[in-house]
Amino acid sequence: MPSYVNAEKCDGCKALDKTACQYICPNDLMVLDKEKMKAYNRDVSMCWECYNCVKICPTQAIEIRGYADFVPLGAQVTPMRSTDSIMWTVKFRNGSVKRFKFPIRTTPEGSAVPDGGWETQADLNSPVLFTEPASLGLNEVFTLAK
Amino acid sequence: MPQQFEDVVVETDLLILGGGMAACGAAVEAAYWAKQNGLKVTLVDKAAVDRSGAVAMGLSAINQYVGLKDGTNTVKDYVEYVRNDLMGITREDLVASIARHVDSTVHLFEKWGLPIWKDENGKYVHEGRWQLMINGESYKVVVAEAAKNALLQDGVGEIYERVFIVGPLLDGNRIAGAVGFSVRENKFYVFKAKAVLVAMGGAVHVFKPRSSGEGMGRAWYPPWNSGSSAYFTIQAGAEMTCQEVRFIPVRFKDAYGPVGAWFLLFKSRATNSQGGNYMVERRDELEKWAPYGRVKPIPANLRNWLGMLDIMEGKGPIYMRTEEAIGKLAEQYKDDPRAYKKKMKELENEAWEDFLDMTISQALLWAATNVQPEQKSSEIAAAEPYFIGSHSGASGAWVSGPEDLQTEETKEEYFWGYANMSTVTGLFCAGDASGASSHKFSSGSHTEGRIAAKSAIQFIVENNQMPNVDEAEVAALKAKILKPLSTFEQHSNETTDPDINPNYIRPRMFMFRLQKIMDEYAGGISAQFSTNESQLSRALELLQFLKEDSDKLAAENLHELMRCWENVHRMWQAEAHVRTMLFREETRWPGYYFRADRPKMNQDEWLCFANCKYDPRTNSWEMIKRPVLHIFPQPKEHELLGG
Ligand SMILES: Cc1cc2nc3c(=O)[nH]c(=O)nc-3n(C[C@H](O)[C@H](O)[C@H](O)COP(=O)(O)OP(=O)(O)OC[C@H]3O[C@@H](n4cnc5c(N)ncnc54)[C@H](O)[C@@H]3O)c2cc1C
Ligand code: SF4
Ligand code: SF4
Repeated sequence: MPSYVNAEKCDGCKALDKTACQYICPNDLMVLDKEKMKAYNRDVSMCWECYNCVKICPTQAIEIRGYADFVPLGAQVTPMRSTDSIMWTVKFRNGSVKRFKFPIRTTPEGSAVPDGGWETQADLNSPVLFTEPASLGLNEVFTLAK
Repeated sequence: MPQQFEDVVVETDLLILGGGMAACGAAVEAAYWAKQNGLKVTLVDKAAVDRSGAVAMGLSAINQYVGLKDGTNTVKDYVEYVRNDLMGITREDLVASIARHVDSTVHLFEKWGLPIWKDENGKYVHEGRWQLMINGESYKVVVAEAAKNALLQDGVGEIYERVFIVGPLLDGNRIAGAVGFSVRENKFYVFKAKAVLVAMGGAVHVFKPRSSGEGMGRAWYPPWNSGSSAYFTIQAGAEMTCQEVRFIPVRFKDAYGPVGAWFLLFKSRATNSQGGNYMVERRDELEKWAPYGRVKPIPANLRNWLGMLDIMEGKGPIYMRTEEAIGKLAEQYKDDPRAYKKKMKELENEAWEDFLDMTISQALLWAATNVQPEQKSSEIAAAEPYFIGSHSGASGAWVSGPEDLQTEETKEEYFWGYANMSTVTGLFCAGDASGASSHKFSSGSHTEGRIAAKSAIQFIVENNQMPNVDEAEVAALKAKILKPLSTFEQHSNETTDPDINPNYIRPRMFMFRLQKIMDEYAGGISAQFSTNESQLSRALELLQFLKEDSDKLAAENLHELMRCWENVHRMWQAEAHVRTMLFREETRWPGYYFRADRPKMNQDEWLCFANCKYDPRTNSWEMIKRPVLHIFPQPKEHELLGG
């Protein structure tokens, strides 16, 4: 498959002009069948199983079925991503289950300040980058020129 | 169909092509300097910047952090590490340029919200000497957010997503912009700019991948990076470097899960089916590749090579001894069952996070085959070849270094006015798009984007006129780029199966044809990475037919049009690769490829860069040797190592 859409759960992102899965797929694979109002992966052999469509789908309609040409059936890896962490459920072929939770960011979404709060500098003609040397934690940037 | 395409003309000062790590670094840096100088910055990505490029899935480590602030390592240490890993072939000025700034970028990542592991003393947790462990599921999201905030908040910039860039616009030897099309609506884009920064990543699927069914997309390198950087710079007439240096990583077999944490963090061994350790048993082989065979760490390609020798001798499969490594780590706690349990839990988390952060397929494969790493070894194998300017790859455009990192000698060869500018005026390159500065990884690529962007803004301030764009050339490019759509429309009804038609070739079969040529003649997997002069010449012959047939590519829709051009991009990367392997008459990187007719390294003649340049006006290639020069004084043993 690799990514596949559960027909019952997909609501076509409520017919908004762009669906979440189509918006995010780095390989432009997810498309909406406008007649059925259901999404599908148009070229599974170009899917990286990056799970970005899975993580973004608002109705949890997308799952991954491991590449049929080398992955035995029966396992499932399912993410639940929130604003600061991700929960993974790994279901083995033999039925056993492992769960993991990892942080994903330390700041509120949208809050990244480009200069990181460091003092910036103004000499366009030097090799020193705009947040340096402060962001290096040093007093100056390494150079060979004396 | 092409008639219904709307032309969208965008004029800007700096045009950034790509939205990955290097492009996001470029956006952050360019926005600052552009604002100060009243300039505009435009970024174009074929995908959504939040999750595009090689870091789209996330990463579990930052692979380049020098630790300058703590005095852990010096810039020179990093340069030596990189030069040795690339068997002596590296641009020291470029590597030093990234190494001196990279920590600053990592500190920014942390401020933006990327969780970097810390120990009880508040120090970063290292995976290896240069690698930091992170909780990196949202690495790209965080980095993209800073780039978007920089470009959009102050109104200095704009972002175009889902626009596929095909190729360059030129004004003589100066870059004038780029052309491409939307993959969502019938729009043809013409970007006109004073400077262009190329950061469209590297290339995969030039060679036949190991898996050729449904799992074809699961290459180690992401299937959406298709050689657009190489095509763009080659077509602009830029000198290219290290086009013979493909990268072949050894990874867990089939799902290509990372091995770094296992080798570095868990100190695991890899052994063959007889329990033998090729790194020990084949130590003598390393002498053949001295002085590089003698350095620590052993260059990546030589480690590959020792394992490949085992495979060729019939001693496969090769196993990562996960059970042994975990057993050893846990042994220290054997008298304290509670501490033991805690340690095992910790190791289990680390091992699984490593996969879940950046190669989820590997977790799925382990679950589907009931692998418990503490009980059972897992197979590892060499992947198919990729083209990247980072990691242990080196292919990309030949760019100027910064002026203050040159000696009098290197300045002659390596400096022409602006850091990271290619040999085409106003055309800058970063990340996987620039060559001979390996081991930049995610953090170094972002850093190089910043360096190139600042330098590009400086170029614009000093060359502040819009280049001329020949409208007839734009019209011709438009017709050529959209042609696959009309070809399909014109002929597809002539047969009962649109896939089989004597008048055209669809992009998928075109890709398979390219892959078959490269795999069999240019040292792919089925040739056990081996080739020779006759095979390479035959590859060029077959590539020529393919090039002619590229004129007959057919596309049913915009998505397929993108697939057509991706494969044309791959084809040009392939040609540059074959020509340069043919030019370099030696074997320098066994483990990446073996020139069976020139089985030895030849330091006297080939300790140099093998560069190439395509002239779009005369449709001809020129091959060029450039010297390897040092920027740091070479002590005795390093004279040996560096030549
Ligand atoms: C599997 C894997 C694991 C890795 N692990 C690590 C790690 O653990 N630690 C680490 O530090 N580094 C790691 N790296 C390296 C790191 O990801 C790269 O060095 C880095 O992403 C390179 O940056 P880039 O900007 O050159 O390319 P990318 O980040 O790949 O960005 C390329 C961009 O170009 C866009 N693009 C491509 N073609 C076009 C086109 N025609 N038109 C418009 N846009 C286009 C893409 O959409 C994307 O936005 C890993 C890489 C891979 C592949
Ligand atoms: S994101 Fe989910 S709900 Fe929306 S179209 Fe895609 S599969 Fe359907
Ligand atoms: S898993 Fe990734 S590559 Fe595959 S369809 Fe989803 S977003 Fe696209």
